[in-house]
Amino acid sequence: MKPPSDLLAPPDALLESEVDTSVAMENPTVGIDQTAGDFTYDVKYAYDAGSGLSEDTIRYISDVKKEASWILDFRLKAYQTFLSKPMPTHWATKDLENIDFNKIRYYLSQGTKPKRTWDEVPDDIKKTFERLGIPEQERKFLAGVEAQFDSEAAYSNVKDIVAKQGVIFCNSTEALREHPELFRKWFGKVIPTGDNKFSALNSAVFSGGSFIYVPKDVKVAMPLQAYFRINAENFGQFERTLIIADEGAEVTYMEGCTAPKFSTSTLHSAVVELVALKGAKIQYITVQNWANNVFNLVTKRAIAMEDAEVKWIDCNIGSRLTMKYPGVILKGKRARGEVISIALANDGQHQDTGAKMVHAADDTTSVIVAKSISVGQGRSTYRGVVHIPKHLKGCKNNTECDALLINSNSRTDTYPAIVVRGDTHAVQHEASVSKISEDMIFYMQQRGLTEAQAMSLAVNGFVNDLVRQFPMEYSVELKRLIDLEMEGSVG
Amino acid sequence: MPSLEIRDLFVALSATPDKPIVKGLTLTIRTGEVHAIMGPNGTGKSTLSKAIAGHPDYVITSGDVLLDGKSILAMEPDQRARAGIFLAFQYPSEIPGVTIANFVRAAVQARLAEGEDLDATAYYKRLYSKMDLLKIDRKFTSRAVNEGFSGGEKKRCEILQMAMLEPTFALMDETDSGLDIDALRIVAEGVEAMRGDKFGVMLITHYQRLLDYIVPDFVHVMYDGRIVKSGDKSLALELEAKGYDWIKQELATA
Repeated sequence: MKPPSDLLAPPDALLESEVDTSVAMENPTVGIDQTAGDFTYDVKYAYDAGSGLSEDTIRYISDVKKEASWILDFRLKAYQTFLSKPMPTHWATKDLENIDFNKIRYYLSQGTKPKRTWDEVPDDIKKTFERLGIPEQERKFLAGVEAQFDSEAAYSNVKDIVAKQGVIFCNSTEALREHPELFRKWFGKVIPTGDNKFSALNSAVFSGGSFIYVPKDVKVAMPLQAYFRINAENFGQFERTLIIADEGAEVTYMEGCTAPKFSTSTLHSAVVELVALKGAKIQYITVQNWANNVFNLVTKRAIAMEDAEVKWIDCNIGSRLTMKYPGVILKGKRARGEVISIALANDGQHQDTGAKMVHAADDTTSVIVAKSISVGQGRSTYRGVVHIPKHLKGCKNNTECDALLINSNSRTDTYPAIVVRGDTHAVQHEASVSKISEDMIFYMQQRGLTEAQAMSLAVNGFVNDLVRQFPMEYSVELKRLIDLEMEGSVG
Repeated sequence: MPSLEIRDLFVALSATPDKPIVKGLTLTIRTGEVHAIMGPNGTGKSTLSKAIAGHPDYVITSGDVLLDGKSILAMEPDQRARAGIFLAFQYPSEIPGVTIANFVRAAVQARLAEGEDLDATAYYKRLYSKMDLLKIDRKFTSRAVNEGFSGGEKKRCEILQMAMLEPTFALMDETDSGLDIDALRIVAEGVEAMRGDKFGVMLITHYQRLLDYIVPDFVHVMYDGRIVKSGDKSLALELEAKGYDWIKQELATA
C-alpha cells in the first residue's frame, strides 16, 4: 500500500510560519448540555452568509464578525490554499467527491431561523432520542428544530470556578479580543493552514470553537466541557479550538455528546490544536455522533514539549464519512503521546480514523490503541502514521489496532505506515481482525440473551478496556448507544 | 410435574441433513430425576444436547422435543433458555471483555419482566453465596467469561451460571471432562445442591467416575444415535467393568 499523504503527511512546516492576531469570531460552539434543558432563550439570528463559497462569502463572514484586517487576509489566503489543493481521493474514499461545496452554508449566525419542523424530523432519529432518554426540549434542539439551546448559566458557573485558578475558558472571539498575546502565538502553528484541503477550508471560514489557557502548574480538577457553550444551530460546523497547557499544567477537555446531532449542514470540518508545554498534561475526549448525512472531516493535532503528555480519546459513532487522525508531535525529550480510538460504522457509514505520531525528540513515547466495529455494510478504516527519524535515540511506539466484523458484508481496512530509522528505538505493532463467532452468540443465547442482546454484549466487551478510560457518564451512554446500534444488526 | 420429553428424535448437521446423527431417540426426563447418558465417542450424545438447546449447526429432521407437553422446536435458543433449559457446555465459549459478573447479571436481567430492574445488592449477595458453595474466589467474577480459564475453571463457571439461573432442566455435556478429582467433587456438589423436585438433569458422560458423586436415577446407553439400553446405577457399574463392546455384541445378535 502507498503511504497516504496530505492529511497524514508529517508537518515539516510546523512552527515555521508566524501569524499576526488580534480579533475574531462570533459564534460560540459545540456540543449539547445534557442537564440544562431549562436554559433556553429566544435569540433572533441576524446574519446568514447564504450558500456557496467565494471571496465574497469570506469577506461577509469577516465583516459580520468585525474582524481585524489580518484575519481577513489569513482567511483569504487560506481560501486560495483550499482551492489549490485537490481532493485527496488518490488515497481517501471517492465519496469525498459527493461534497457539493456550492450547496453548503458556511456561516449561519444568530438570526437565521431553522427551516425544519418537528414533523419533518425522521422517525428513527426521534426514536433514538427517546431511547437515550433525552429531554423533550433538548430533542428539538438536537434535531435542528429549535435554534437555541443555551446553557449560559452552567457555562459561566464552570468558567467562574476555573477562573479562580487563573484558567481562561472562553470562545475564540473573546480570546482574540482579550488575550491576543496567548492566542496568536499558537494559532495555526500546530496545524498549518495548508496541512490538508479541509484544514485550509476551516482556516478560511472558521467560526466558533473553544479557547483554553491553563497557567503554569495549575491542575484543573473538573473536565471542561464544550457543551457548556452552545449558541447557534451551526455549532461545531467549522469550529477552531486551541488549548494551551502551560508548564506543569493539567487539563481534561470533553467535546460532543452521545446524543445524535441532526444537522441541516452536511459538512463539518473542525481544526483543533493542543499545546502541552514542558511537563504539562492534556487529555482531549471526543464522542462524535453526527447524523448519517454528515461529512465529518476534522484535523486534530497536539504538540508535546519536554516531559509533556497528550492523550486523545476519540470515539466516532455517527456521520456518513468521518476522516480524523488525531496526532501528537513529540517535540520535547521524554514527551508522551497517546491515541485511544473507537469507531463504529453501521450501514451507509465509513469511519476512516486513526492516529499520527511524529517523534521529534529523544526518548519520546507514543501509544496508539484503535478498535473499530463494522456493522452491516458499514466500513471502518484505520490509518496510522508513526514517524521516528534516524537522528533520535530511545523512542518507543506501541500500536494496536483491532477490528471486529459483525456481518459477512461488513468491511474493514488497515493502513499502518510506520517509518522508523535508527537502531535504538522500540516499535511494536499488533493488528487483529475478528468476527463474532456463531458459537459465542449461541453460548450467550443459551443463557437467555436475545441475539441482539448477545451481539451488544460482545461488542461492548470488545471495546470495554477502552470505554473504561472514558469519564463515567460517557461510558454509560456509550454502552447504551452500542446497544442501539446493534439492535438492527441481526435478523 | 414438569417434564422434558424427547420423542423419536432425528438430528443431523444443518449442512448434511440427509445424514442423521441422532436416529430416533426417545426419552422423558421429569424434575427430581437425574438421567445419565453414557456411550462411546461419536454416538451423538453432544449432538442431542445441542439440538435440544437449539444450536444453529443442527437440524431436527423429525420427531419432537416437548417441555411440559409443548413443543420447543419453533423457539429461538434464548427462548428455550428462558423457558428453563440450561446447557452446560463441554467447550464453553470465551467472551472477551465481558466479566462473569456482568454476563450472569445480563442473563438474570433477561429473565425479568419488561421494565423490571434487577436488585443489584441482592444479586451480588446471591452470586457470592453460590461462589462460596463452589469454592470460587471472589476475584473470579471480574475476569472475562472463560478467557484464559483452565478446564476446571470453565466447568465451575458453567455450574456457577447454572446455580444462578436455576433452570428446570439442565443438559450437562461431558461436564466431567478435563477435571481433576477435587474439581470434580466441587462440581458434583454444586449439582447435588440443586437436586430436588424442581430440577431435572440429563448428564452426558463417558465415565462412571462422575456418577460416584452424582448418583443417577436412570442410566441410558446411547449407541449409533439412539438409546439401546436403560437401567439404574448398576448399569453404569457394569459398563465400567465390561466396557461398551458387550452392548455392541448384544445389538449385533439381537
